[in-house]
Amino acid sequence: MRIGWFYPIALLLVLGGAFATKHVDSNFVFYAGYVVLQFIVLATAWNILGGFTGYVNFGTAAFFAVGAYTTIALNKALGLPLLAIMPIAGIIAGLIGLAAGYFTLRLKGVFFSIATLALAVVLETAVANWGYVGGASGSYVIPPAEVPFFDNYIEGLFSLMLLLAVVAVGIARYIALSKIGRGFAAIRDDEVAAECMGVPTLRLKLIATTLSGALMGIAGAPYPFYVTYVEPTSAFSLTYAVNSIAMPLIGGTTTWFGPVIGAVLLGSLQQWATVTISSELNLLIVGVTLVAFVVLAPQGLVGLARKLFGRGGRTP
Amino acid sequence: MNQPPVLDVVGVVKRFGGFTALDGINLTVAPSERLGLIGPNGSGKTTLISCISGSLIADDGQVRFQGQDITKLTPHRRTGLGIGRSFQIPRPFGSMTVAENVAIPLEYVGQGSRKEIASEARDILGLMRLDHLADTDARALNQIELRKLELARAMACHPKLLISDEAMAGLSGNEVDEILEILLAVNQRGVAIIMIEHIMRAVMGFSERIVVLDAGKKIADGAPEEIMRNPDVERAYLGE
Ligand SMILES: Nc1ncnc2c1ncn2[C@@H]1O[C@H](COP(=O)(O)OP(=O)(O)O)[C@@H](O)[C@H]1O
Ligand SMILES: [Mg+2]
Repeated sequence: MRIGWFYPIALLLVLGGAFATKHVDSNFVFYAGYVVLQFIVLATAWNILGGFTGYVNFGTAAFFAVGAYTTIALNKALGLPLLAIMPIAGIIAGLIGLAAGYFTLRLKGVFFSIATLALAVVLETAVANWGYVGGASGSYVIPPAEVPFFDNYIEGLFSLMLLLAVVAVGIARYIALSKIGRGFAAIRDDEVAAECMGVPTLRLKLIATTLSGALMGIAGAPYPFYVTYVEPTSAFSLTYAVNSIAMPLIGGTTTWFGPVIGAVLLGSLQQWATVTISSELNLLIVGVTLVAFVVLAPQGLVGLARKLFGRGGRTP
Repeated sequence: MNQPPVLDVVGVVKRFGGFTALDGINLTVAPSERLGLIGPNGSGKTTLISCISGSLIADDGQVRFQGQDITKLTPHRRTGLGIGRSFQIPRPFGSMTVAENVAIPLEYVGQGSRKEIASEARDILGLMRLDHLADTDARALNQIELRKLELARAMACHPKLLISDEAMAGLSGNEVDEILEILLAVNQRGVAIIMIEHIMRAVMGFSERIVVLDAGKKIADGAPEEIMRNPDVERAYLGE
């Protein structure tokens, strides 16, 4: 089997990131980098469902928060380390994605989106009333004093998120280039026609909701260690839903790399704005960029590039 | 008609709200038979083949394919069993090229390698005389090309029963002959065909048997010459 260029580059990226933690002293780089990488995971996860199959999920924050609260609960109950919690968070969030998919995928278009929004509201209310994990007032998580290999835990978290981002993008890429991905595209283009052409649409959509939810949950699991204090409003913040939709739209939803481009650009822009101006501006930035793209380049940067370099259309 | 039928529709009823679009339809198709399905606009032809292909589920009655009850099966399962259909209003996969459109059923219904799929897609497009458009985005096709793509995708399902829903509307005389020739060739390989068509010359020439629907009921079923002489059919088409 051909290995191709993707896996060597992915490996180099992870090694390079881990190497950087040894040679860059500023922790700010890792705090900011963590957020951008986390958005790469969320945008990529969102896009597996929203971009590939065309079902717009407004509930990213719900899956992210499920991951975060899995960490809080399991850390408190069993004292489990983050690395052990992450796969469990993925399984729980994936199962919620599967169940949500099963009950809502009969809904088309905007009704599906509203159902996912409702899921976020319901889960947030449930968590806010769950005393064990701190309820509405939140709870503290104490990061480990020492992490093996790394000088401090933020470097460890950064490298972990880097690994996760590479894995998530690798999964999305694998899907996009596989039979499943071509089935997803058929669903997005015309679900009725896809079924009649032999595509098992329900099964494929459930694969998408499960995988998308699981990746979002895994992305949320390290969050309590990153912020050390978690309460429902921040874990279920609108920012996650808005960003995970805006980033793929800006990059381009039909490819695996569109969300990565969008997350790097929009994520970095927001980190820069947070430092130089104020974090209050972030949602405004996202909103303005999004509107600009919807008007000027509805297919995102990837679509824009393809238009400029003339792929598709009628070839003479 | 001693062979068991490939398709057996028994008393199929389909309602939309209070409106009965199909009112107890019975229909059989023998293996490799060429059946014409005609009737005025709104008589229920498309609804009937949707109940056969699975995009609609019959409210009552039974659909049997090669002896198996498929009344409640999902469309993709029916496609897998050997029912291929074209859509009257073309439903291409707009983000894909013409060749990629045809490759979807080839990949999901068959089990060839990517290479075999690509080469079979070329063959089918060649047969439909769409090969020069293989790498064009499907959304850039005109109406006639879209109708041919519908048929090409239906063939790519490797059907034992192929249903063509008004694939020839709007085509020129030469193009109609071209498509008739292709469908005959497909039929020669043992594929049964249900042809829905308004072009009488085409459907009468092609079909071994004609079924006529009117207002959700079957009003005639017989050889083309018989149907032409049938006073009920004339009344349905021309009004009282
Ligand atoms: N999805 C639907 N909802 C409501 N009415 C429908 C639907 N599909 C078809 N009909 C109605 O059922 C009747 C039969 O339609 P159709 O099967 O498309 O006829 P034909 O293909 O013979 O022209 C028409 O009166 C049409 O308006
Ligand atoms: Mg019709």
